[in-house]
Amino acid sequence: MKTSFMGEGALLVETADAAAAQDLRRALSAVSLPGLRQLVPGQASLLLEADPLLTDLEALAARLPELARATPATPEARLHEFTVQYDGEDLAACAKRLGIETAELVRRHAAPLYTVAFLGFAPGFPYLTGLDAGLKLPRRADPRARVPAGSVAMADEFTGIYPEATPGGWHLLGRCDALLFDAARAVPALLSPGDRVRFKPAP
Amino acid sequence: MIEVIRPGLLATVQDLGRVGHAHLGVPEAGAADRFDLRIANRLVGNPDSAAGLEMTAEGATLRFESDSRVALSGGAMEALLDGAPVPMYQTLAVKAGSELACGRIFAGWRGYLAVAGGIDVPALLGSRSCDTLARLGPPALAAGMHLAIGTLPMEVSAYLRSPPEYVQSVQLRVLPGPQQDWFTPVALVALRSAVYRVSQKGDRTGVRLEGQPLTRAREGELPSMGMVSGALQVPSSGQPIALLANHGATGGYPVIATVIGADLPRLAQLSPGMEVRFTDVSRAEALVALRGQEARLAQDIIPADAGLLAARALMRLAGTHASLKQAAVSDGQRRIRIRK
Repeated sequence: MKTSFMGEGALLVETADAAAAQDLRRALSAVSLPGLRQLVPGQASLLLEADPLLTDLEALAARLPELARATPATPEARLHEFTVQYDGEDLAACAKRLGIETAELVRRHAAPLYTVAFLGFAPGFPYLTGLDAGLKLPRRADPRARVPAGSVAMADEFTGIYPEATPGGWHLLGRCDALLFDAARAVPALLSPGDRVRFKPAP
Repeated sequence: MIEVIRPGLLATVQDLGRVGHAHLGVPEAGAADRFDLRIANRLVGNPDSAAGLEMTAEGATLRFESDSRVALSGGAMEALLDGAPVPMYQTLAVKAGSELACGRIFAGWRGYLAVAGGIDVPALLGSRSCDTLARLGPPALAAGMHLAIGTLPMEVSAYLRSPPEYVQSVQLRVLPGPQQDWFTPVALVALRSAVYRVSQKGDRTGVRLEGQPLTRAREGELPSMGMVSGALQVPSSGQPIALLANHGATGGYPVIATVIGADLPRLAQLSPGMEVRFTDVSRAEALVALRGQEARLAQDIIPADAGLLAARALMRLAGTHASLKQAAVSDGQRRIRIRK
């Protein structure tokens, strides 16, 4: 297990993929680690933040393979279906860059059953994997200062939904009206890693 | 209650942050300079976790509707309590109806105000912090707003021994970052030898620095990963961004180095135009520095009665308010002599 320090109080543990990072987070959440502040799963890593005056992070790094062996049950994946108005500002430009019709871009974006790899960037923002490899485009060179809430967008191998209006560099394909994050809910984030997502073009 | 008369440039309620929800994409937020918030809290008898006010560049003007005890810390500012100058880094007794006017922050960048009992806004996901990135928690202060005060703690009256001083040129200690191998040898040397200037464009998510570009040795996108305060992220421009408390939970730029925990307060106090240099330390040295900071919190907050605080106030103010200098020095010395 490759680990490196990010400052004196955090260990970055590299994992095979996002799912392995989520598994490691669940395994470590189940054991009591004094001084632990938070566990942040990413695309292919888990960041383990602790109070370095209470936790011997070097010793913890050595124990990680053993701690990771406990494989907690994977939570049951739920299926979410979102109706999307495919009228995003970048839809036509993306189709042009990909050399396809916009109708085909919509069809191919709405075809897969996506998986929530992890949440990051903003509260409740899902990084969805499963995008058609033929639709892959790098992020916009000039990120927008404000992307409207509910925007369905894609960049690199991901697609996602902006829960709130934020700055953003992904290509905007459309909009949906899902309430992805509400701090007042018992479970604030609508989507959990491992959940499946399907986009349905609005009629 | 506290009534906000003028909020200043940006005043927000902050505590030690919304910890434990980063896996949902929730930023930590909280005070950018947690050390100074903790000092202010201790000077009024609060637990470290109590919420206070963070004021950026320019202080707020507040009216207190009840008798209270407050303390100011962080970036140096001239503060007036009912028109009379008051010092930072010591307990101040405030009468009902009093007005505290915090002026421009002339050294450092962020000032803190703690009130005995803490600012009592509703907690969200375990924190009262205003998240300026994800817009969670209480909104930034605005004129006319009323802030509730929590249950009063035991009465404390104290000052901080040898308060921090802010200089124009700062050295920050760093540890190697997890992606330092993404950078050219030239970039790794430049980071430790060149001078970087603090840009105007920074905010609570990070301090943007300008100087010799840090060039990458490899191309490609970094997979998004969790981030920490102090991480020096380098976007494709090569100009580093030192992350502060309100950084996003995850980030996608390589981290060339990380500012050590003990230097995060100085990072948070960098003001636009200031010069920064980075210097390497070992992990062991970083831990010694952090322990030293905790020891300072435990040892350097000195209980004092009202008379001694008044004398100290005059001595302190003489340093910053030139007009007061003559009278203050003689009066302060006389009071200290009487006390002895």
